[in-house]
Amino acid sequence: MPLAPSFTSVPVVVDNDKCIAEKGCHVCIDVCPLDVLRINDQTGKAFMEYDECWYCMPCEADCPTGAVKVNIPYLLK
Amino acid sequence: MDEILDGLSEVTCDVLVIGGGTAGPMAALRAKKKNPKATVILLEKANVKRSGAISMGMDGLNNAVIPGYATPEQYTKEITIANDGIVDQKPVLKYAQNCYSIIEELDSYGIRFLKNENGDFDVKKVHHIGTYVLPMPNGDTVKKALYRQLRRARLLISNRFMATRLLTGADGRVAGVIAVNTRTAEFLLIRAKSVILCMGAAGRLGLPTSGYMFGTYENAANSGDGYAMAYHAGAKLANLECFQINPLIKDYNGPACAYVAGPFGAYTANNQGSRFIECDYWSGQMMLEFFNELQSGKGPVFLKLNHLHSDTVSEIETILHTVERPTRGLFHEGRGTNYREKMVEMHISEIGFCSGHSASGVYVDDLARTTVPGLYAAGDMASVPHNYMLGAFTNGAVAGEDAAEYAANVDFAEYDVADLARERDRVLAPTRRDDGIPPNQIEYKTRRLVNDYLQPPKVTRKYELAQQRFAEVREDMETRMVVRNAHELMRSLEAASILDCADMAAFSSLFRTESRWGLYHLRTDYPEKDNENWFCHTLLSKKDGKMAAEKKPIDPYVVPISEDEKDLYDKQRVRASA
Repeated sequence: MPLAPSFTSVPVVVDNDKCIAEKGCHVCIDVCPLDVLRINDQTGKAFMEYDECWYCMPCEADCPTGAVKVNIPYLLK
Repeated sequence: MDEILDGLSEVTCDVLVIGGGTAGPMAALRAKKKNPKATVILLEKANVKRSGAISMGMDGLNNAVIPGYATPEQYTKEITIANDGIVDQKPVLKYAQNCYSIIEELDSYGIRFLKNENGDFDVKKVHHIGTYVLPMPNGDTVKKALYRQLRRARLLISNRFMATRLLTGADGRVAGVIAVNTRTAEFLLIRAKSVILCMGAAGRLGLPTSGYMFGTYENAANSGDGYAMAYHAGAKLANLECFQINPLIKDYNGPACAYVAGPFGAYTANNQGSRFIECDYWSGQMMLEFFNELQSGKGPVFLKLNHLHSDTVSEIETILHTVERPTRGLFHEGRGTNYREKMVEMHISEIGFCSGHSASGVYVDDLARTTVPGLYAAGDMASVPHNYMLGAFTNGAVAGEDAAEYAANVDFAEYDVADLARERDRVLAPTRRDDGIPPNQIEYKTRRLVNDYLQPPKVTRKYELAQQRFAEVREDMETRMVVRNAHELMRSLEAASILDCADMAAFSSLFRTESRWGLYHLRTDYPEKDNENWFCHTLLSKKDGKMAAEKKPIDPYVVPISEDEKDLYDKQRVRASA
């Protein structure tokens, strides 16, 4: 079967002005139990790559600059 | 990103602990303490810092046996009754005897427990009979406290490696594990003298009614990999038909949580705001009354707090919105639900396996030993019932000590290199296809079928249809599943675990031709409890490549249960007073 690209809204939002991933900070990416955060090649900032969120909060709670915000995924909010 | 690389490394250790959530860190710490010369590795699919069911901590101990409040014998009796008699009491009693020393150990890690003005532990009553719930005022710090201990003990931690299959020797002993890196797909072969499985619940089995695949009660990373691995290694799994089904906040799918709010005066209510169950402790019998109320004209069901004083509600909010599932607060805010004004709508969850709340687990004895020599299990995936977080810690400690002792007295078992090659082929097969079906569709379909056919009440014909559909999905998974990167490869392996668990759930449920544990195993074509034929465990295992089930007698009780106590948990419904 052929594959289609599809898009989806994701619950975790990173404030690029506050995120210091380009300085080597990977805290949010490290602590995510589902491993869904990555660094964006273009911006050097963290972002949610995979829409597989347990809305559990370590990424937000452990971010040293308060750059990460966890929202409730749309399907269940 | 997440590019698939080719690689295989090999390491050896004395004790390998798989899973860095609750039981795992304690098992690793105790193994090292028992034998400081032993090499102990803690392997984790995510990162030990925040992995597992208590990623954001826990509000309290739900099953603390505290001198002055309860005795180990009383606790053993309560759990025996709560689990409808199907209990080997020895491991439960051992837990009850050991857990107080674990509380003291956690206290020494800096985890605080609620005390009253006299300085005694302030234990709350939530269970039907006894008093076992001990709040943790700084429960949000549990994972950090554990992590400090792991660092202090200089344990070897290997994050982002997902175990896929156990290796066993020709003599049947455990020989090690094959793992794959979740970001590079490189393989790691770990040879170990003993292995402790602490891989959590099968919490991604049914599909949440929201349709969001990761909106589960359990940490969604707990996809039942431990159950599947134990099965394929030949271990026996006990009472899988005793599903986990929980009363949760509708849509949010997390606890509401009556264990926290109940002692303050909150309770589960119907649409008239009236109590309908005597006790909010999660048992199959309670869940059946919850289900009946939902189906009735008095549904839906709510958690009622709006009769409490605003200050009391504030205190409850402080706990519920900072620990365990802190986004509860955000969820309620989005819906405009203020506990002071509105009741919280609840629902029953999709099914899962989890001995932490029910009884479905890899069979273990009182030393946490599975039926495979050298292989141990602890926490939500081991068969000690109603075990919760403190059970994971306590039995993790038991497993760690015995596994260290076992490892000191044996050599490495020799594994078959052909098994390694076969497993690499199985794991990598979806990477070798250019098109096909992605793992999320395999998983979604499996879980949607679980909801359609396996969610109780259980109907034989529906279960047989489920088995046919699962076989079709399996055929697709084995011949057509495709992944594009290492992250999707992890999801494809999880999809395989989920399908294995779905098949096990169907098989074990069909085997037990009676009803037991309230809603957990309510079979419409066998509606009665049948103690004559089914007062026993069921054990499921892999024999000659196929699923098989057998009965196992209950070990004679060490704490007797009298006739008038046996059915106390069957009397959940509030009766009209005379």
